[in-house]
Amino acid sequence: MQTATSIDNAARKAALDALAAAPARALAEFWDRYADKPAHSKVRGPEVGLVMVRGRAGGGGAPFNLGEATVSRASVRIETGEVGHGYCLGRDLAKAEAIAVIDALWQQNADAIEAQIIAPLRALADAADQKRREESAATKVDFFTMVRGDN
Amino acid sequence: MYVAVKGGEAAIANAHALLADRRRGDRAVPALRIDQIVEQLGLAVDRAMGEGSLYDKELAALALVQARGDLIEAIFLVRAYRTTLPRFGYSQPIETGEMLIERRISATFKDLPGGQMLGPTFDYTHRLLDPSIVDGAVPEPVTREADTAQAPRVTDMLGRQGLMEPDGETDPDREVGDLTREPLDFPLDRDLRLQALARGDEGFLLALGYSTQRGYGRSHPFVGEIRIGEVDVEFDVPELGFTVNLGRVRVTECQMVNQFKGSAKVPPQFTRGYGLVFGQAERKAMAMSLVDRALRAREFGEDIVAPAQDEEFVISHSDNVQATGFVEHLKLPHYVDFQAELDLIRRMRADHDAAEMQEAAE
Repeated sequence: MQTATSIDNAARKAALDALAAAPARALAEFWDRYADKPAHSKVRGPEVGLVMVRGRAGGGGAPFNLGEATVSRASVRIETGEVGHGYCLGRDLAKAEAIAVIDALWQQNADAIEAQIIAPLRALADAADQKRREESAATKVDFFTMVRGDN
Repeated sequence: MYVAVKGGEAAIANAHALLADRRRGDRAVPALRIDQIVEQLGLAVDRAMGEGSLYDKELAALALVQARGDLIEAIFLVRAYRTTLPRFGYSQPIETGEMLIERRISATFKDLPGGQMLGPTFDYTHRLLDPSIVDGAVPEPVTREADTAQAPRVTDMLGRQGLMEPDGETDPDREVGDLTREPLDFPLDRDLRLQALARGDEGFLLALGYSTQRGYGRSHPFVGEIRIGEVDVEFDVPELGFTVNLGRVRVTECQMVNQFKGSAKVPPQFTRGYGLVFGQAERKAMAMSLVDRALRAREFGEDIVAPAQDEEFVISHSDNVQATGFVEHLKLPHYVDFQAELDLIRRMRADHDAAEMQEAAE
């Protein structure tokens, strides 16, 4: 049985995933257009650090440490009291901070954030992925067998 | 031993100024921008990230410019940079089976679910220099309707029939080795070997992989699958209480399928070597998988007869930053050491001359 919290968490995670995946420029564009930006104070960061990325032996076996990646993170409190957290690959402090503010706002007014920021970012990401899939698909090999003649 | 020597400050400062000048080159030529390197020298960037063991394209590109294109120097710069940053934690293991695939080939099966996609490959090019690429217009790539089905890992398909050695059980309580945290203690478990190989020198691993093909630790390899593309990096965020996707990284995975191993209890199965590298780095991933398989000799009870099977030899010498540090330290002042050697050889020669005179006298 799914509890209300786990459903909320899944939706919040999906929003955070879309924000982290978004190109910084696209995220900044939609965020700039968002009208009711709250005042916020920094709880932690923004700061840059490392996450050790893991793989699995053979693809599905025991984990091993593949190598690190730079990660930016920020935690903020908006004026209405919600605390938001932002995490993304790379060294973009402004992006991490924007994600944190958006995450805090999401807890207060998920519908507006979903409609004005998350959904359009997701649409952009889906279109970009689809384009990439189609470019790769054009390089797919169509094997055919030569039939040998009788003589 | 070398002792600190004073002097040369002005020479060093001027040498660094000269380095900056030569790095910039002719001022009439526009300076390189980082985004140009990221976009147009992508595989050099990937190699600096892979062997620098730090995924950050802009940093790797900066390192390449700063190093004047010297890859090992760039890798050194990337490694040095990472020591300045705090570690937030470890990601969940990436799921290569759910990759957004850009290239996927198999030398063992023609007809794969999901198909074989060549992607942006040098294969089948004629290797003729083409001056037109410098300023020629490049058309948009061709597109074709894409399969929506996920492409399963080839080794999982054979594994289902029991023909392939499985990935192995995972003990969730076992701590994953991390060579950036504790010094290596031989013999190693496979997790530490894979970490060392993933950041190991491509040239060294390529030569060792090649040596196994030429008979030094033969393992009859076939490329079961190579796949290149982007995977999600999921990270457990304690303040949230769930994982978030930090974004995607591009990786190259190689599944090398090798000849059989069986026992009284287990019927013969194909064995496997595994390669996984940051970025598009097919040669490196292939070499890594050959060497991984060779280094599993102990596990399979094979005779260790070749360099590529010797774990301590391979892993102790695979890191090009360590290797260059020790080789290049030879050029630092060793004046006192060498003075002692000079004294020694003068004494030996004096003894030799004395013995010769003695002999002549008798």
